[in-house]
Amino acid sequence: MKGLAEGDSRALAAEFGLSADEYARVIAILGRSPTVTELGIFGAMWSEHCSYKSSRVLLRALPIAAPWVIQGPGENAGVVAIGEGLAAVFKMESHNHPSFIESYQGAATGVGGILRDIFSMGARPIANLNALRFGDPAHPATRRIVDGVVRGIGGYGNCVGVPTVGGEINFHPAYNGNPLVNAMTVGIARADRIFRSAAAGVGNPVVYVGAKTGRDGIQGATMASAAFGADAASKKPTVQVGDPFTEKLLIEACLELMETDAIVAIQDMGAAGLTSSAVEMAGKGGLGIALDLDAVPVREAGMSTYEMMLSESQERMLMVLRPEREAAARAIFGKWELDIAVVGRLTESGLIVVRHRGRVEAEIPLGPLAAEAPLYRRPLAAPPPPPTLDPCSIADRMGLAAALERLIACPDLCSRAWVWDQYDATIGGQTVRRPGTADAAVVRVEGHALGLALTTDCTPRYCAADAEAGAAQAVAEAWRNLTAVGATPLALTDNLNFGSPEKPAVMGQLAAAVRGMAAACRALDFPVVSGNVSLYNETEGAPILPTPAIGGLGVLGDARHSVGIALSPGLELVLIGATAGWLGQSLWLREVAGEEAGTPPPVDLAAERRNGDFVRAQIAASAVRACHDISDGGLLVAIAEMALGGDVGARLLASPPGIPAHAFWFGEDQARYVLAVADAASLLAAAAAAAVPATRLGTSGGMDLTLPDGIAISLATLREAHERFFAAWLD
Amino acid sequence: MAIALERATGRKPRLLWHRETDLSGLDLIVIPGGFSFGDYLRAGAMAAHSPIMGAIRRHAARGGYVLGACNGFQILTEARFLPGALLRNASLRFLASDCHLRVERSDTAFTGHYQTGAVFRALLAHGEGSYFADGATLDRLEGEGLVAFRYTTADGRLAPAANRNGSARAIAGIFSPNLRVLGLMPHAEDLVDPVVGGTDGLPLFQGLAAALSA
Repeated sequence: MKGLAEGDSRALAAEFGLSADEYARVIAILGRSPTVTELGIFGAMWSEHCSYKSSRVLLRALPIAAPWVIQGPGENAGVVAIGEGLAAVFKMESHNHPSFIESYQGAATGVGGILRDIFSMGARPIANLNALRFGDPAHPATRRIVDGVVRGIGGYGNCVGVPTVGGEINFHPAYNGNPLVNAMTVGIARADRIFRSAAAGVGNPVVYVGAKTGRDGIQGATMASAAFGADAASKKPTVQVGDPFTEKLLIEACLELMETDAIVAIQDMGAAGLTSSAVEMAGKGGLGIALDLDAVPVREAGMSTYEMMLSESQERMLMVLRPEREAAARAIFGKWELDIAVVGRLTESGLIVVRHRGRVEAEIPLGPLAAEAPLYRRPLAAPPPPPTLDPCSIADRMGLAAALERLIACPDLCSRAWVWDQYDATIGGQTVRRPGTADAAVVRVEGHALGLALTTDCTPRYCAADAEAGAAQAVAEAWRNLTAVGATPLALTDNLNFGSPEKPAVMGQLAAAVRGMAAACRALDFPVVSGNVSLYNETEGAPILPTPAIGGLGVLGDARHSVGIALSPGLELVLIGATAGWLGQSLWLREVAGEEAGTPPPVDLAAERRNGDFVRAQIAASAVRACHDISDGGLLVAIAEMALGGDVGARLLASPPGIPAHAFWFGEDQARYVLAVADAASLLAAAAAAAVPATRLGTSGGMDLTLPDGIAISLATLREAHERFFAAWLD
Repeated sequence: MAIALERATGRKPRLLWHRETDLSGLDLIVIPGGFSFGDYLRAGAMAAHSPIMGAIRRHAARGGYVLGACNGFQILTEARFLPGALLRNASLRFLASDCHLRVERSDTAFTGHYQTGAVFRALLAHGEGSYFADGATLDRLEGEGLVAFRYTTADGRLAPAANRNGSARAIAGIFSPNLRVLGLMPHAEDLVDPVVGGTDGLPLFQGLAAALSA
């Protein structure tokens, strides 16, 4: 095989993102100069996205085990046992950069990609969630991006027929040029029928199924390389285009084939397409793989080997089949009118060999490709946290009522109904708790009483001020949201969105965030089973807020026992958890006092555990009619949301002495819940017995929210304020 | 939809493949929702030409019952089983939300378990659900009593805010002249279980089961 000339090769390596040191390793592994295709394979496999070369060292600290974990990180998705012989399969993944360039398709293909990760494990997808961060609403690009992302998520999820049941949205100028689109899918499989990606069986056919391969998704920078062709003008844009109908067919065809014993291994073709799926499947199996690209179904003629190996065309999967089941697989895929082609064989060579148009275009030993992959211990810098704020030092110039109206109208706290109304949350007929009606979505497992509770959480402003405390808070909030519907939290998936790892300050944030997450995961028995790292999220040199988004999953033995946030009349409101009046990094401080300052609320993991276990037990004992965790905006915002949720007002008691009223009602102290109960005396007695702080807050009823200072705000006024922002901004 | 039919009839419905051409022996054919062929053209336009449609047409011509819900309604108008068309929602956005439907007549197989004028909750989930027909057709539908359901407020009043997709004369569903074909835009089938949002939609299926077994 003839490699590139030395000068061309070195220049191209740089364009493919390989450093001089990495390029030297390529030469050492091959013992010769690489071809374009080989360089492309190294560039993709050793990219940050595929190799986790900057984050891998740190991620080892995360707890990944528990008796209920069937599959931790390292496969297409994580798997946990949920009882009755069933397993939940779930993962979250980012599609940040494409969503900035072409928001609709970027978000849509983000949904499509994460769906494939789930059904490739043998699970039927039953729910989608997302975690979205956008720039300042006043920034000229933000409207277009929000509109496109919401349409894209809906466009793909609605069409493919998987309900979008939950998610979160934040706005901050740090995301102006770099929105975050993190998509999560949850599926259900039989616990003893999980499919994995490690190839086995020398001689077994490697089978390509799904959509045809085109030129979409190949890195634009490499396309325009003068080193290999003057036809750059003919190349198509680098953002992939989604086809949810083909995905739907692919789901049904794969799940039908999975009912048989035909599949030895399966993986979706995600980032780096055929390259990563072939390399990872053969590599995990300790085998070699010989690919014949002339057999790959293509959408357009004249694609180069490099283009075919790096194409990120959507809705494609790679499988290893038992040879005697090939005909059965062809029949199933033929019925669903999808392409199926044998594109290679497993070999014992330990090499990936790519043949195209009669020539060998790549021949790389898989062992060294994985083992010699770069691993960086990048320099870290830990910026000192900002000074802590004393709540008594910040005067309340607005009063409770006006502050509440301002807070519930602000973009970070206002009603998301405008967004939810564009997502089909009920298709499939199993959605027990819809978006906005509970702290976590609850989806029943069809044919069973079991319910899954699902949530996504992160408070990036906390993470920016103190990444360790902020990341611990994100894990704790996810755990709390699952608890607040009555579920037992089982495990989480994470999506670590950060800036450039080449900046010590960003690496310091990442390291601190992993520390904070690990501590919270351990204290709450809430392991990480899958995840994704997205680095280089920067705009004009300024990194995004550190955003370790958490996707939490919990289980309810009986979905009928879940509770939502909606108040009904005649109940007593009780606060669970201790309140110091923590205003540092609170939304009250930002929206009312106009400051982003202080340290975020400390996370007392023992208190989280104790308070949460108490609340869950009270829900299980049917003592709780409604429950809401306290997060952004603090206690009064939580009560307002419960009132609006049930269209029932409340009358609140005076706050305890010793804490300024605005700090009590708007502080963001952690480990707290508001419970609506019929019998507060019994609840307070139970809390006292469990050493859990509990405080009477007031009673529900009427159509006003009456504050301790006597000011009554009608629910109509609150609702108008709460629902104003999105429609006024985007319609 | 299959869940709702099983709940109302106690039997699993037979699932049909789009290439089937022999539908003899069936009482009711349901075309459910769900982005047939991705709806990349007009919603339902491709499916209206599926091989099975000839057999469904023969079934309807024999006086068989047909229910088209959401995408099924779109397919029935595209295939000219029912007049009019489903245009993009007035907001030009996909719309998924609760709505209230007023039953315009109760003397049909589909509505026998509701009272005329009764209002029940259903779920909207569509991008192209704004019912449109020319004035003469709308007049004829109304004159012949072929309007099945209208979007109203919870207390049965017509109001622009209750007609979120902007349908002509707030029409949510229409019958064929023999009252045996129903096209219905919202999803009654997603409200048949007290754990999952309520049972407002169940009478439609129970009434249908009772009428068909009578």
